[in-house]
Amino acid sequence: MSILHYWRAMWGIISRELWRFVTQRERFVSALVRPLIWLFVFAAGFRAALGLAIIPPYETYILYEVYIVPGLCGMIQLFNGMQSSLSMVYDRELGSMRILLVCPLPRWFLLFSKLLAGTAVSILQVYVFLLIARLYDIEIAWNGYLWALPVLVLSGLMLGALGLLLSSFIKQLENFAGVMNFVIFPMFFMSTALYPLWKLKESSILLHHLAQYNPFSQAVESVRFALYEQVNLPALAYTLASFLLFMLLAILGYNPSKGIMARKSVG
Amino acid sequence: MNTQAALNVAEVSFAYSGKKALNQVSFCIFPGQCTVLLGPNGAGKSTLFSLITRLYDCREGHIELAGFDLKKHTGKALACLGIVFQQTTLDLDLTIMQNLHYHAALHGIPGKLARQRIQQELERLNLFDRRFEKTRHLNGGHRRRVEIARALLHKPRVLLLDEPTVGLDVASRQALVDYIHQLAQHEHLAVLWASHLIDEIYPDDQLVVLHNGQVKAKGSVAEVLRLTQTEHVKAAFFHLTGQGEQ
Repeated sequence: MSILHYWRAMWGIISRELWRFVTQRERFVSALVRPLIWLFVFAAGFRAALGLAIIPPYETYILYEVYIVPGLCGMIQLFNGMQSSLSMVYDRELGSMRILLVCPLPRWFLLFSKLLAGTAVSILQVYVFLLIARLYDIEIAWNGYLWALPVLVLSGLMLGALGLLLSSFIKQLENFAGVMNFVIFPMFFMSTALYPLWKLKESSILLHHLAQYNPFSQAVESVRFALYEQVNLPALAYTLASFLLFMLLAILGYNPSKGIMARKSVG
Repeated sequence: MNTQAALNVAEVSFAYSGKKALNQVSFCIFPGQCTVLLGPNGAGKSTLFSLITRLYDCREGHIELAGFDLKKHTGKALACLGIVFQQTTLDLDLTIMQNLHYHAALHGIPGKLARQRIQQELERLNLFDRRFEKTRHLNGGHRRRVEIARALLHKPRVLLLDEPTVGLDVASRQALVDYIHQLAQHEHLAVLWASHLIDEIYPDDQLVVLHNGQVKAKGSVAEVLRLTQTEHVKAAFFHLTGQGEQ
């Protein structure tokens, strides 16, 4: 297979995801409504309850709304990653995933392209959210938006790979809702998306550790620093390592000789 | 090993959780021929298709497509294969064109060539004027036609159809059966058509009768009739599968 074949296939998979996204307006609106409610309602209500110290990357006291914006960007990507994998379980049940898997390219490449396509959609959502947040006076330097782009690609890939991994182990659509509850909510609430680590440490050391080693926290921190034109190297490395691990396991999960199908069969 | 065969299935066995679904299945299909894989529900037809398309890994026996070993040269083997699955696999939120362009991209067909082939296939199936319609708005017969057009875009040498007439009305079914037989002849395609409907078989077709995961008979319709000492395919099928006794 030529490199051009790979490129055409990857672009085809990304275009399909973007076409689908554009035609499903409800999906776009609901993807935005969720973080906006957190920003306008939850954050406004908690502004008085939570005092924030000056912590990097911030150089001054900040409002709670400012603090949770990177966490809400992560939330968009987390939900999008899970939704993409939900659509994969759905596709697999309906069969359109088969069309992808029987094309003459390596399976790891097809899955990675699918992941990249989902990430592209999530980044589109994040930037629209950031634009609305800007109108709400949450200003980030223009360069910060640019710095965040590569980090959002990495965090999107990591969260998408986690979704992909889950989808490879879920046989039926009905089982997915349960897993979502056991993954999305714990990941989101046990992270630095809503409260900084030191605040969690005041309440519970265990919670602090869970949040610290939660890959979602590291992704959120990477985005937080990038939005303020800084690099949080440990968080980036942790996110990258998590992505590689999830991706590897997902590829194994979708491998016909090692994954879910192999476990079902004893040939 | 028969080098002329477009599809060679050799001594393939497969089991789900220890329960045998296929047992030492062997047969070949050739260009220009329409081979009907005939078997009652649960015979193992869909499992065999999953192995030929490498959705499942073939651990016992081996499969060759256009001379390429499916396990060793997966990409080259799958590039020779067009497939229409039993369930519709179209993206219903996308138009006919978008669905076909997506498939062309997956097979690395450049844009201009893809547009030419899409036009050619859709015109042949009288769907070109509807190319910008969402596939959700098409009836079952038309969706099937789009799937056939899609399966042919990359000029495969083997076309697999897994019970493609399920859910179609009589007229659509007949049109589809006729069209596939014409394709096999005119395009020199090797067609493997899984079915449990005897009236879809033409006198010139090849047959592979599968029952309980085993090949009960294979060869031309005449050969199978001679083997079973029956006069009609229906009687031969009942004889081989014991269906008539139930």
